Amino acid sequence: MRILLGFLSGLLFGIGLIVAGMSNPAKVLNFLDLFGTFDPSLAFVMGCAAITAFIGYRLVWRRKRPLLLADFQIPTRQDIDGELVAGAALFGVGWGIGGFCPGPAWTALPLAAPGTMVFLPAMLIGMALATILKARKAALA
Amino acid sequence: MPLDTVTPFTPLASTLGGVMIGLSAVLVMALFGRIAGISGITTGALPMRRDDWDWRLAFIAGLIAAPLVVLAVTGSPVRQTVPGDLVAMALAGVLVGFGTVMGSGCTSGHGVCGLARLSPRSLVAVLTFVATAFVTVLVLRHIV
Repeated sequence: MRILLGFLSGLLFGIGLIVAGMSNPAKVLNFLDLFGTFDPSLAFVMGCAAITAFIGYRLVWRRKRPLLLADFQIPTRQDIDGELVAGAALFGVGWGIGGFCPGPAWTALPLAAPGTMVFLPAMLIGMALATILKARKAALA
Repeated sequence: MPLDTVTPFTPLASTLGGVMIGLSAVLVMALFGRIAGISGITTGALPMRRDDWDWRLAFIAGLIAAPLVVLAVTGSPVRQTVPGDLVAMALAGVLVGFGTVMGSGCTSGHGVCGLARLSPRSLVAVLTFVATAFVTVLVLRHIV
């Protein structure tokens, strides 16, 4: 049941990305090109997704626990630290170069464009590197 | 740059797609009690990392299946234009992977789920990555 519903949730997310146009790097890069071929569509995507989640989360949180796992695991940190800002800054540079963030990169896999086939493994390497660095830092602390 | 083509403004489709993404995030919270951030789901999908990795791997399989389902239902393949400079795409991939893990989230985890939680960390992250992405495109398309 966990696997089936996890799959269907991912499928809904992926179809949402495709319907929204966010799975197309050209459209993402045009959203980011304020002074060129600007296409504001993606502001609607993030805005409508966040508003939908804002309302839905509040309905879901009336329950004591989620349906399939023991507890809600929601981030509790409130501090703004250097890692948050530096990580987000690096991510933005990569997003601006490639037009892919992690979700659309996965959705693009079966379309098998050469750029995707390079981007996706490189992204996983970057994630592994940062995970190792974080674990090492936590071990030292 | 061949990618510099105009893409049409699609407010209705983008609103509909955004609502679908938001509903998926609500489903993940209702079913699993977790944030639907794709970078976190990706790093948490490895069996050795956590005990609840199975639904994350299935979620990623769902993401990958999406264009195939769209093709099967509509009969037309999903169209996209991916940058062809493979060296640039390798660099972009490493930056996106490293940055999202270091910064604890990406467009979905911070941009959708974090803003929906009214998290100050996520607001700072979104403003930061949108700003550096704007500057990167400005530099690459209009200055270099």
